[in-house]
Amino acid sequence: MSNVLALIETSAAGEIRSTAASLLAAAARLGTPVAVVAAAPGSAAGLAEQLGSLGAAQVYLAESDQVGRLLATPQVEALAAAAAELEPAAILTVNSVEGRDVAGRLAVRLRAGLITDAVDLRPSDTGWVAVHSVFGGAYTVESTIEGGPAVITVRPGAVEDRAPAQAATLTTVPLGTSASAAAVIDGIRDTVATSSRPELRGAEKVVSGGRGLGSKENFVLVEQLADSLGAAVGASRAAVDAGYVPQTFQVGQTGTSVSPQLYIALGISGAIQHRAGMQTSKTIVAINKDPDSPIFDIADFGVVGDVFAVVPQLVKAIEARAS
Amino acid sequence: MKIVVLMKQVPDTYGERRLDTQTGRVDRGSSEAIVDEISERALEVALRYKDSHKGTHVTVLTMGPASANAALRKGLSMGADAAIHVLDDALVGADMGQTAAVLAAALPRNEYDLVIAGNESTDGRGGAVPAMLAEHLNLPHLSFLDSVELSVGEVSGERVSEYGSLDVRAPLPAVVSITERAAEARFPNFKGIMTAKRKPLSVVSLAELGLGPAEALAGARSVVLCASARPARAAGTKIVDEGNAGEQLAEFLAANRLI
Repeated sequence: MSNVLALIETSAAGEIRSTAASLLAAAARLGTPVAVVAAAPGSAAGLAEQLGSLGAAQVYLAESDQVGRLLATPQVEALAAAAAELEPAAILTVNSVEGRDVAGRLAVRLRAGLITDAVDLRPSDTGWVAVHSVFGGAYTVESTIEGGPAVITVRPGAVEDRAPAQAATLTTVPLGTSASAAAVIDGIRDTVATSSRPELRGAEKVVSGGRGLGSKENFVLVEQLADSLGAAVGASRAAVDAGYVPQTFQVGQTGTSVSPQLYIALGISGAIQHRAGMQTSKTIVAINKDPDSPIFDIADFGVVGDVFAVVPQLVKAIEARAS
Repeated sequence: MKIVVLMKQVPDTYGERRLDTQTGRVDRGSSEAIVDEISERALEVALRYKDSHKGTHVTVLTMGPASANAALRKGLSMGADAAIHVLDDALVGADMGQTAAVLAAALPRNEYDLVIAGNESTDGRGGAVPAMLAEHLNLPHLSFLDSVELSVGEVSGERVSEYGSLDVRAPLPAVVSITERAAEARFPNFKGIMTAKRKPLSVVSLAELGLGPAEALAGARSVVLCASARPARAAGTKIVDEGNAGEQLAEFLAANRLI
């Protein structure tokens, strides 16, 4: 079987990000998964065991003191070095900010084709197929790369199965000082989770609030319902623009796309902008006082009513059932 | 300072967008074509620098069908000085790799200090073209910037990712991409609209860029195998609150094992 490279995301301290397991599972679908890691020299002890347990057959550790100092370049060069040695059938990165940067530069450098934001990958008679969800899930498109090597970014967490654990071999390679032009990193601030609520991306349940909440203070209603359900908190763009919550809460075309088991929209009219980021949710519930809100067109359960009356009653009913 | 801003014409995200399921391409006839909002924000970043630094020259650049001319006209009426439209039938259906190669060839050689683009278009959402362009030009790139500081010889800013933020900088020339947090775009005023008509807008073909179709479109490329519309979601139960909607909703959630 051909090798398939998977670029493992790491924190500034060198810890493996939670996206690794899903990306290695995606790689295992197409061939022998090789985890590629760019790390500062000596910072990545225990990597082979950890990535082997997530399904990597081999760990290709590229050491460079430019990791964490230059933007994207060490990761591009780690993958380019691994590709030259291992002749992979495909190279995968996470469809994150950094993963896309790396994939873009690498595809040009290797004269490879690029496919972004695959939500599924599978082998086919002629090679492999990448599946995409386009226009907020309104269309499904399948594509592949012809005429050369392939670089594919995979939506974080989209591949849900896990590759079987194995004993990974470790190859450590020093990277020379890069000669190519790169931006310099002056400071890194990893976001520390300040709340016990689940992260919006990948959450099983999401409660979002919109302009109908009326004020920043009233947005606490969204949080109360989210906490009673163990759900993540989201918001429409209108609520973000009105300053109720920071932009990181935004669900929609611009913002985070979510696909939870349960999505509850409070005081959200359901502009196409918003629907594009949540309409693939399994079950959609909407509460809005305007009976003509487009959100009701896609809601499995819609309540025409006042969120300030309905939600407190709902929270009480949920708590009564829980106790 | 010479700045080039990449602009893209896209289907309006506030309208119904369609994909041609035969080709997997955007059905440009089915919805109104507008300048991607993120392109206008990228242009705003350039125009703010121009407002406070006399002698700044801003060029808007697009690759697209004949109708994309409207995107450039809007850029000129907002305040850009010149426009370049790469227009060639051979580019229909071009993928990100081909787009980046053509844009790299279209940049006026050694006549720019900074290229600014949006972080990702609202139709393709690839978000990789700025990095690809930078690699073609062997320039540093700063992507997904929430804020941009521009000075003589250097660009810096705050780059926000899924995990936090980075302070980053690069010497010029460089390629940057910005997020919707970077700037709120201005509206063209009457004077801008009138003067835009006199500003240079050059239309160039692949041959004029020194690229034959074979060169521009050579190498590995992405190919659409099939495309299908997902069945539309149907509306379910809709009730009007008569004082017990919260309890009814809790029952619905319980019946679906969601609580």
